[in-house]
Amino acid sequence: MSVFIIRRLLQSLLVVFVMSLLVFFGVNVVGDPVDMLVNPEMSQADIEATVRALGLDRPIHEQYWHFLSNALQADLGRSFIFGEPALKLILQRMPATLELAFVSLVLSVVIGLPLGVYAGLKPESRVSRTIMAGSILGFSLPTFWVGLMFIMIFAVVLGWLPSTGRGETVEVLGVGVSFLTLDGLSHLLLPAFNLALTNISLVIRLSRAGTREVAQQDYVKFARAKGLSSRRIIFVHVLKNIMIPVVTVLGLEFGGLIAFSVVTETIFAWPGMGKLLIDSVQNLDRPVIVAYLMITVLFFIVINLVVDLLYSLLDPRVRLQDVKA
Amino acid sequence: MFIRKLAATAVLAAATLGFSAAAAAEELTVGLASEPTSIDPHYHNLTPNNSLARHIFNPLIQMDANQALLPGLATSWTALDDLTWEFKLREGVTWHDGSPFTADDVVFTFERAPNVPNSPSSFGIYIKGKTVEKIDDHTVHIKTEVPTPLMPNDISTFSIVSKAHGEGAATEDYNSGEAAVGTGAYRFVEWVPGDRIVLERNEDFWGEQPQWSRITIKPIQSDPARLAALLAGDVDFIEGVPTTDIGSLERNEDITLSQGISNRVIYLHLDHFRENSPFVKANGGGEISNPLRDVRVRTAISKAINRQAIVERVMEGVAIEAGQLLPDGFFGVSPNLEPVAYDPEGAKELLAEAGVPDGFELTIHGPNDRYINDARIAEAIAQMLTRVGIKTSVETMPRSVYFRRASRGGPDGTPEFSFVLVGWGAGTGEASSPLKSLIHTYDADRGYGASNRGRYSNPEVDALIEEALATIDDAKRQDLLAEATEVAIQDGAIIPLHYQVNTWAGRKGIGYNARTDEYTIFTEVRSVE
Repeated sequence: MSVFIIRRLLQSLLVVFVMSLLVFFGVNVVGDPVDMLVNPEMSQADIEATVRALGLDRPIHEQYWHFLSNALQADLGRSFIFGEPALKLILQRMPATLELAFVSLVLSVVIGLPLGVYAGLKPESRVSRTIMAGSILGFSLPTFWVGLMFIMIFAVVLGWLPSTGRGETVEVLGVGVSFLTLDGLSHLLLPAFNLALTNISLVIRLSRAGTREVAQQDYVKFARAKGLSSRRIIFVHVLKNIMIPVVTVLGLEFGGLIAFSVVTETIFAWPGMGKLLIDSVQNLDRPVIVAYLMITVLFFIVINLVVDLLYSLLDPRVRLQDVKA
Repeated sequence: MFIRKLAATAVLAAATLGFSAAAAAEELTVGLASEPTSIDPHYHNLTPNNSLARHIFNPLIQMDANQALLPGLATSWTALDDLTWEFKLREGVTWHDGSPFTADDVVFTFERAPNVPNSPSSFGIYIKGKTVEKIDDHTVHIKTEVPTPLMPNDISTFSIVSKAHGEGAATEDYNSGEAAVGTGAYRFVEWVPGDRIVLERNEDFWGEQPQWSRITIKPIQSDPARLAALLAGDVDFIEGVPTTDIGSLERNEDITLSQGISNRVIYLHLDHFRENSPFVKANGGGEISNPLRDVRVRTAISKAINRQAIVERVMEGVAIEAGQLLPDGFFGVSPNLEPVAYDPEGAKELLAEAGVPDGFELTIHGPNDRYINDARIAEAIAQMLTRVGIKTSVETMPRSVYFRRASRGGPDGTPEFSFVLVGWGAGTGEASSPLKSLIHTYDADRGYGASNRGRYSNPEVDALIEEALATIDDAKRQDLLAEATEVAIQDGAIIPLHYQVNTWAGRKGIGYNARTDEYTIFTEVRSVE
């Protein structure tokens, strides 16, 4: 197992390096941040001075070298716009995004799994058909549209839930979280559900397919013949076996939820990293974009590793030494 | 245990909600279209930052809603001679910590403002060439190397900070609130980036007490979401109402709209300097000697544009046709210029006179995320020009790409495009700002024509602008600026389209004294009947 982890870490280093090249050069060929920063009333000489102060007058390979050597000391550059370290800006907004992603992940499992298992056990019933039809909607409706509809219905027309922002937060271990207060929860519900919608559908489909397959297996038939209650069959034998694909997919999706919840965060004005990313892209705040994508790469690497480790726990047949990833 | 705790929190939350409902009349929650990048008033010369700074800090001279100058921390200012100005400072003003405001703070501000580390756009441009000298605790003299008639306008752009708190303070110290100690109507309470900025009324404010005791500012960039937050009652007041929604809001009895013209003119710049312009082609795509250099062609283009249709259809009535660089009422505008009337026949005649009776091919370039409905304006103009024979195609792009190419995307840092849609807001609130940057001959060494993306050059206009910028006498300067504007506009230096009108919306009964500089200042947000 430790050999496996060491090998994975080495591979990860390579991935991070290649990504840094791609991201840095990719971001630096688009547009010019200077025009986003300077006041239009500035004279040519003042604009030149800004270019020099930001180091944009130097050749790109020099800029990259500068970035890389700083990055090795955990300094991912300073935001052009905010003048603060990019890493600090991102970490400042990370708890909000993690919370949103985590709650939406929980929602996907809590809602998606029972519905999927039900649809798998009774594939012909009308309820199951409704669930499956609903899951298609969940997949195909664009997030921003659903988000706006949620706001229109639940905030504007019914007035049940707030439409924007994060609400009251409580400090837990030095990190502000909002799910511990009623106000925070009410702010969290709409964006989390909006973000979870695609994943709920995904979990429904995966668990339905898994359940249908597992329900035909000999050991389930045997368990039934043995006289076990259907409750025990479902919760112990079926559920355990359909979890593997669900965990794989959700693991990967979790990375996506954290890194690219841009649309939901923008619509609900959720003060997370996604909103920071989209603002930075619009304003060409290159250091923040680069830092963000580098952190995202790290996230995916860690999540993949965790998923692989979880596999071995869920399925004893998988032995990590054998994985040649 | 956990559940009981949750229940307790719920009760507490409900109690807080009940309390805030009772005090709601004095509290204001607003949704802004863009978030300030810092609390440090000298870090970034940017509209959201400047407008926030106006609450916590004050400049020596303030601008009212129409950008007319008013006493701020200075009660009077006079030019003692061409190179020396005397500013009398307001007495009895205290900082939020209770210490008195004196000339030392002014001197300190002049040192700090141009030298903030990492500042992407500093206030140095307004301070350059000025040296400040303390005469006594409430008098300063500002000396310049050349006559500076715009002294009061320059001085009005930046906030005065406290020496005691600002000395050695970095931008981060202002963001945390530690150094954010001002003289303004509001005290800084907290900034949670991306989520909210909270301000509290300064009961010791030297000026008129504002209505709201506490203000919570929420940045909500997405237009529909900001509007929905207002409709849902989550915020009381928003800025940047999209033009497409104004019609339905006008019919909504729960909403009060506030509108006002801005100092921003939307205009077209044309290639005045290239013999062969890259985006001007003969019919069929061949080379052509740049017809845009002929004033008759420029006038024809102006006549071919139906400004009324753009205002009514594209802008949904929320704009005003433009005939010059700034709307009526601003310092230095000409009383003799009217918006050019729509006259397609006249345009065709002028094109024939200029030797291009069958027109030519042209590409209009514009941003698609900078000005209100920018891409749609470019499309409308292309159709109008095509109708008189100038076959125009449209290319729009995000501002992050557009402005670099429009300003210096060509060889040797020349403008890349031939025909561009741009906007200009006069930050100083008078006509020398657009004249100096857009119309004056491009001259990097002397700092003229930095945004002259057509490289228009007319010695007569240059001379008038330079003379105006050295004339202290207001009446004389006003005439010079108006004359420069007249000559330039009649020569087709740029083609003005319209002035933007900005819209704010509040819950029923919350109105705003709309500002021409597009700032949202909450002391001007009031209950109205």
